[in-house]
Amino acid sequence: MHLSIESRIFLLLLVAMIGTADVFAAEKQVTSSRFNPAISLILNGSYSQFDNDPELYRLPGFALAEETGPGEEGFSLAESELTLSGNIDDRFYGSLTAAITPNNELELEEAYFDAAGLAPGFSIRAGRFYSSIGYLNNKHSHRWDFVDQPLVYRAMLGNQYSDDGIQLRWLAPTILFAEFGAEYFRGDRFPAGGAANDGKGTYTMYLHVGGDVGVSHSWRSGLSFLNADSDNRETGEPADIFTGTSRLAIIDFIWKWAPNGNPRQRNLKLQAEYFFRNEDGNFNSSVYKADQQGWYLQGVYQFIPRWRVGLRLDALMADDPGSDFTGTVLDTENHDPRRISTMVDFSYSGFSRFRLQYNRDESSSDVDNQVYLQYTMSLGAHGAHKF
Amino acid sequence: MKFRYGVFIGMVLFGLHAGPLMAQLEVFACEPEWAALSEELGGERISVYTATTALQDVHYIEARPSLIARLRRADLAVCTGAELEISWLPQLIRQAGNTKIGHGKPGLFEAALQVERLDVPQKVDRIMGDVHATGNPHVHLDPRRVLQIAKALSPRLQQLDPEGKTYYAARLAKFTQRWQTATDTWTRKASPLRGKRVVTHHKSWVYLFDWLGIEAAGTLEPKPGLPPSAGHLAELKHQLAATPAALIIRSAYQNPRAANWLSSQTGTPAVMLPYTVDGTPAADDLFGLFEDTLERMLATLR
Repeated sequence: MHLSIESRIFLLLLVAMIGTADVFAAEKQVTSSRFNPAISLILNGSYSQFDNDPELYRLPGFALAEETGPGEEGFSLAESELTLSGNIDDRFYGSLTAAITPNNELELEEAYFDAAGLAPGFSIRAGRFYSSIGYLNNKHSHRWDFVDQPLVYRAMLGNQYSDDGIQLRWLAPTILFAEFGAEYFRGDRFPAGGAANDGKGTYTMYLHVGGDVGVSHSWRSGLSFLNADSDNRETGEPADIFTGTSRLAIIDFIWKWAPNGNPRQRNLKLQAEYFFRNEDGNFNSSVYKADQQGWYLQGVYQFIPRWRVGLRLDALMADDPGSDFTGTVLDTENHDPRRISTMVDFSYSGFSRFRLQYNRDESSSDVDNQVYLQYTMSLGAHGAHKF
Repeated sequence: MKFRYGVFIGMVLFGLHAGPLMAQLEVFACEPEWAALSEELGGERISVYTATTALQDVHYIEARPSLIARLRRADLAVCTGAELEISWLPQLIRQAGNTKIGHGKPGLFEAALQVERLDVPQKVDRIMGDVHATGNPHVHLDPRRVLQIAKALSPRLQQLDPEGKTYYAARLAKFTQRWQTATDTWTRKASPLRGKRVVTHHKSWVYLFDWLGIEAAGTLEPKPGLPPSAGHLAELKHQLAATPAALIIRSAYQNPRAANWLSSQTGTPAVMLPYTVDGTPAADDLFGLFEDTLERMLATLR
């Protein structure tokens, strides 16, 4: 066990907290423990088997952030996620999500407060949080329909973009759901880096619209834009240095069907996102300017209670940045990354799930067959999910 | 002409064309029974949007964009509370940014909190399934409790729309009288059900049983929220062979297979009940809901 001092203190506090909550709950009186935040714990683990060595994983044409490959082979623990959340007072809501990595490191994924309804339709979020761009970006990993993120998220957002900053949202008072959001971030995390512009390196804007069609269908669509400035961003080993701007536009669309709006027996979810990115700056002292794009399309069908099957198609396309980059990660090797994934999962209750997934991964010209067997367990308070 | 187009577009965009002009309050009802009660008490002064239907399981509703948009516009949300809507309502409230609606604010009315609740667990553990810490929230099938809730909801309407105070008070008085008369009739009519043993799909009928003196003879779900399993049904069949039940009941949104299987194995008649308003064509309002529920149970018993 090589836990850092901070991790030890955190875990101790947690154990103490859960302990007191139990003692007081047993007394069935209103005590101060009622003010304790709700605790939710996600346990995640998998067995995986690949044809290729995951250490050698690459996406030609893309500089990748840390921990964005296919993962570990064999038995491995994914991040265990711990969330504490609750109302601060009648105005504010707070939430903290920490991930304990299999290497016994503590990672603060999210720590923010929300202020909702300060003015009609307005909400503010501040702290560290997942950006609301795209559809999947702010979904925690236990809510993903596949073991891994789509290639567009892996390549262009380092799986998911979270950072320190502030978000302002406004919901229009219309029957059609229409939400506008803007975020300003520190710019310390991929695709930004180095907290450019005095710690104001990234801004985003998004629009989400959605509604129902009859009683059985519902949809949401979105248009998002992210502008990330990097100041000596490091990726890879040995590190590639990028200074410049990444501009990313995302179009997302999701359609859900459940007979009579009752998803308990059967339901279908169709989801697609298209990413377009322009990068402009200096990569390892060479002038770098390129456009990249990609998409994924996936469908997940629950055909009987507890059982779901899913299919996902992934694609990426990168411009050839020129002969200066031959042999670097930005060399496209004349290959457009592709991947096909299928999965089947079983949920015993709403709190326990097992999943089997197969990927035919053509990220590079070295085709890989990947098989995952994964479990996801949710303990404790389990809050309401977003659409 | 240009100006008129602008007004028209504005009306379409902001949905002002929806609802009668008289309506002073926009009510967001989480369930059909509270939509019906709100309409009884609010009449023409309110316009009601119903978030769920009788064919949906209100434990498992998605926080859909359409629901967020509707809650954003509402003056009052009338919901069951007591954690029934815990998987979706908190998300709606947090995303809607409605200054009027939130816990502790007059714009959120929680019906179950107005009455005494049954099945309050001594201890909450997921080993027991999806249990509710503050007791069984399915309170609307006891007409005595419905009246208590009406008597709490009317003052809330009066508080939010003070100009309609006398209107709401008059409607409550009229409703109370009609409801009490109807309750007396139903109670008399339902006397053959007293003391009967009844199997249910989910523990969503305890308040009906409490009112009518019916004995719960087990649930098709092995634990609240888990779908009926072959092993549990076999055990239930065994139990019913020893101590028979009079009826097996389920609601419109529940899959009939488990109830029908157990019925065919034990000879105990199975019946689908409306459970909430619009669950059957006859249950078109609160009065129809109780009349049709009793009608179907008594008809199956005969």
